[in-house]
Amino acid sequence: MDHNLLIGGSAGQGMDTLSSMLERHLMRQGYHVFVHKDYMSRVRGGHNFIQIRFSDQPLTSHRHSLDLIVAMDEATIEEHLPRLHPEGFVLCDEKLGQKEDQIHGFPLEASAKEAGNPKTFTTAFLGLLVKWYGLDLETMEGMIIEAFHDKSPEANLKAFHLGAGLTDARMDLPPGDTEDRLLINGNQAIALGAIAAGVTFYSAYPMTPSTSIMNYLAAKQNEAGIVVEQAEDEIAAINMAIGANYAGIRAMTGTSGGGFSLMTEALGLSAITETPLVVAEVQRPGPATGFPTRTEQSDLSFLLTASHGEIPRMITALRNPEESFYQTARAFNLAEKYQLPVLLLSDQYLSDYTVTTEPFDLSRITIERHLADEGAYSEEQPYQRYAWTENGISPRLIPGKVSGQVVLADSDEHDEAGHITESAEVRIKMMKKRMGKMELLKQKVEEPWHLGSDNPKILLVAWGSTAGPLQEALQLLQKDKDFPDVAALVFGDLWPLPVDRLEKLAKSAMSIVNIEQNYTGQLAKLIRQETGIACQYSYLKYDGRQMAPQEIVEALKKEVL
Amino acid sequence: MTDVKCFHSSDPSAWCPGCGNHALLAALKEALAQLDKNPHEVLVCSGIGQAAKTPHYINANGFNGLHGRALPPALGAKIANKDLTVIVNTGDGDSYGEGGNHFIHNMRRNLDIAHFVHDNMIYGLTKGQASPTTQLKHTTEIQTEGVTLEPIKPLALAITMGATFVARGFVGEKEQLIVLMKAAITHPGYALLDIFQPCVVFNKVNTFQWYKENTYTLPEDYDSSDKQQALQKAFEWEDGIPLGILYQERKPTYTEQREVLREGPALVDRKLSPERAAAFFDDFR
Repeated sequence: MDHNLLIGGSAGQGMDTLSSMLERHLMRQGYHVFVHKDYMSRVRGGHNFIQIRFSDQPLTSHRHSLDLIVAMDEATIEEHLPRLHPEGFVLCDEKLGQKEDQIHGFPLEASAKEAGNPKTFTTAFLGLLVKWYGLDLETMEGMIIEAFHDKSPEANLKAFHLGAGLTDARMDLPPGDTEDRLLINGNQAIALGAIAAGVTFYSAYPMTPSTSIMNYLAAKQNEAGIVVEQAEDEIAAINMAIGANYAGIRAMTGTSGGGFSLMTEALGLSAITETPLVVAEVQRPGPATGFPTRTEQSDLSFLLTASHGEIPRMITALRNPEESFYQTARAFNLAEKYQLPVLLLSDQYLSDYTVTTEPFDLSRITIERHLADEGAYSEEQPYQRYAWTENGISPRLIPGKVSGQVVLADSDEHDEAGHITESAEVRIKMMKKRMGKMELLKQKVEEPWHLGSDNPKILLVAWGSTAGPLQEALQLLQKDKDFPDVAALVFGDLWPLPVDRLEKLAKSAMSIVNIEQNYTGQLAKLIRQETGIACQYSYLKYDGRQMAPQEIVEALKKEVL
Repeated sequence: MTDVKCFHSSDPSAWCPGCGNHALLAALKEALAQLDKNPHEVLVCSGIGQAAKTPHYINANGFNGLHGRALPPALGAKIANKDLTVIVNTGDGDSYGEGGNHFIHNMRRNLDIAHFVHDNMIYGLTKGQASPTTQLKHTTEIQTEGVTLEPIKPLALAITMGATFVARGFVGEKEQLIVLMKAAITHPGYALLDIFQPCVVFNKVNTFQWYKENTYTLPEDYDSSDKQQALQKAFEWEDGIPLGILYQERKPTYTEQREVLREGPALVDRKLSPERAAAFFDDFR
C-alpha cells in the first residue's frame, strides 16, 4: 500500500492543522508517513499545498502522482487534477463541485455552521477524511480535544462527527504495525541533535528556511537549559557563537545562504582563532533573496571557499532527518577535536518535510570535549593557546578555569601565545598547523552511501537531500530491464571529499551522471577538482522544487539511454 | 587589591610614543588591581584597530576578533560564563562605525559587560581617515573638503537606547578615569565608557591640549539618575564637554532576565548528557 494525498488551499485556511492531525494519526496507526509541503512566501492567500504520503513500507521521498486531492479552493483542483490517478478522487466542499466524475463535493461548510462555528470547517473535513480512509475515529476524538482544549472543543468534536457522517469508509487499508516512530523534519532533528550534543547557546537571525531550528530550541530553552538569542544580524549571530565556544560551552548558529554570506568573515575567524564552531546552513535558491520558501543545493561551491584566505573546514551535507540528528551531534565532536568550523549543509526540502523515523538512539551519542589538562600549566610553564604540537592541535583551555593562566585568541596571525606576529617563519608554521587539520580530517570523513550494483555500468552521484528521491528512483531503475546496471553514491561528508568508493566504482562505470538541485553541477565540479573524474551526464534541477523519483527516472532514461 | 604587576604583558607595544592608549591601559590595569581581580578572572575583547590591540598588552584572557565585532563575542563569552569579568576595549571606528549595529542592540540587552571606547575621533590603524566621531569640517586625506557627516553623539545615543551606565573619561584625568572604569566594571548591566584620548599622529585638531581645554568634570552634586538632564549633558560640546557618569540606573540585566542563566552555575560549569534529548522525543510521537 502506497497512498499519496494532497491538501491544497490558500494560506490561513487551516491546512496545517488538518494536515498535522491527519499525519500524526496515520503515524500512530502504525503507518510510515512522508509529508511534503509547498508554500508560497506569504502569510495569507496564494496557493499552498501539503502532500501526505503513507504506506506500510518505509518511505524516503514525496512522489508526483496523487491518489486523493483535498481541495480547500478552486485553484487546488485546477492545479493538481492532472496529477490525479484515474481512480482517485477530489474531496471538497459542495460549493466547489457536486458528485461528478472524480470530484466529490460535501456539505462541509454547512456542517461547520451546524456545529456552531464556521471555523470548524477544517475539523469537519478531518472527520470526512478519517472516515473515508476507515481510520479509527475514537483516538482522533482524543486528539481533537487535546488540540482544541482552549478553542471550543465541543464545536470541533461536533463538526468532526458531522464530517465523518458524510461518507462511508471508502478504503480498506492494511493494518499498520506497532513500531515506535518519530514524525520529524530535518530542522527539528538538527535541534534535537544539538540538545543531545550539549549545546547551551544558540544565536541566530531569523531566515527561512533555517528559522525552525531556532523556533524549536526557543520553545524548549528553559526545559533544555539552552539560551536562544535572536541576534541583530547574522554577523552578530556567528560572532556570538564563536565567543561562547571560546569561553568553553558548545554554541551553534544557523542560517540560510543569504545569512551565511554575511557570516563568511567570521568563519575565517573561527578557523584562525582555532575556535570550534558548528553552523547549520539550510539552503534556499539564491542569489540575493532568491526563492525564499523553495529548495536548492546551490551553496556547496560557495561553502567550499567561503571566507577570504585559506582555512581548514569540514562540510557535511545532511541526507535525511535521521542523519540530521546524528551528524549534528558528530559535528560538535569534530569541531572540538580539530578546533575548526564544521558546516552542516541542509536545504528547504529536508528542513520542511517530515518523515517517520526510528527513535534516535542516544547511546550512539558521545560528548567529546578534547580539552586541555588543567593541571599541566604553571608559572614556569604557562599555557599557550597556539602551542606547537606534533599533529598541530594545541590543547584548548577554557578561560577562567586555571588560576594564573590566561587564554588569548587572535584574529591576526599570531605566535604560540596568541600575540600578533609578522614573522614569515611563524606564519609558515601556523599555516601548516591549521591547514594540516585537513589531512587529519581525511581520516575521519565517511564514504558516501553506496546504493545498487557493485559493478555498475551507470554510476549516479548525488549529495544531501536528493538522497531520498534517488533511493526510490534507483529501485525503479533496477526493476527496469532496459536500463543498464546502475549504482548511486550519495555523499554526506563533502569536504574533505571522501574518494575511495568513488574511485573504485568509477572504474567499472561507462557513464557517470551527477544529479543535483543546482545549475552548475557543483558536486561534479568538486569531484573533478579532487579526483580528475568527470561526469559525462547531468540531471540538474533549479526550479526551486525538489526532484521526485519518477522525474529522476525519466530524466536518466532520456539522458543516458 | 591585587598587585597591578600581575596584569603586565610581555608583548612589546606597537603604539606610538605619546599615544593616549598607554595611559588608558595603565588606568585599566590599576582599576582591575583595585577591584581585586586576577588575570584569569578577566576577559578583554576587542575588534580591530590600534585600541583593539589592548588584549595583547594586558595579561588577562583575551579575544581579539574582527573589525567592528568586538561586542558579539564578548556577549557570547559572558553568556557562556557569567562569572567572567568581561571588558570590551576597542576604538571609536570599531564601536560606532563598523560595529554600530552591535552597539545599538547590546545596549538593549543590558548584559553585564563594560565597554571602553578609546575615542580619539580619528582612524589610527588605517592612517587618518574620519571616524564616526570626527568633528565637522575636519579635513583628512579622504574628507578633503572636511567632514560633512554629522558626528555620532555616542552618549546621547546610549541614553536614548536605554543604556544603564553612560560615562565619559579622558586619559588626561587618570585618577578620575580609574574611578570611572571601576564604576563601569562593577555596574550590573551594560556600561558604556567613552574615553577621550589624543592620536598624536593623525589627529592634529583634537590634541591632548584640546581635550584639556574643552572638557570639565561634572560637579559632585550632579544627579546621574536624571535622564533628561543626562541627555542635555550628552549634547554639550562647544561650551565644554562633561566628564564623569552622565547617567546610571539599575535595571534587570540580561542574565537576571533569562531563566536559564539566572539560576544555577555558569553554563560552562554545567554537566550535560545526551540523555537530556530524550525528554523531547514525545513531541514527535
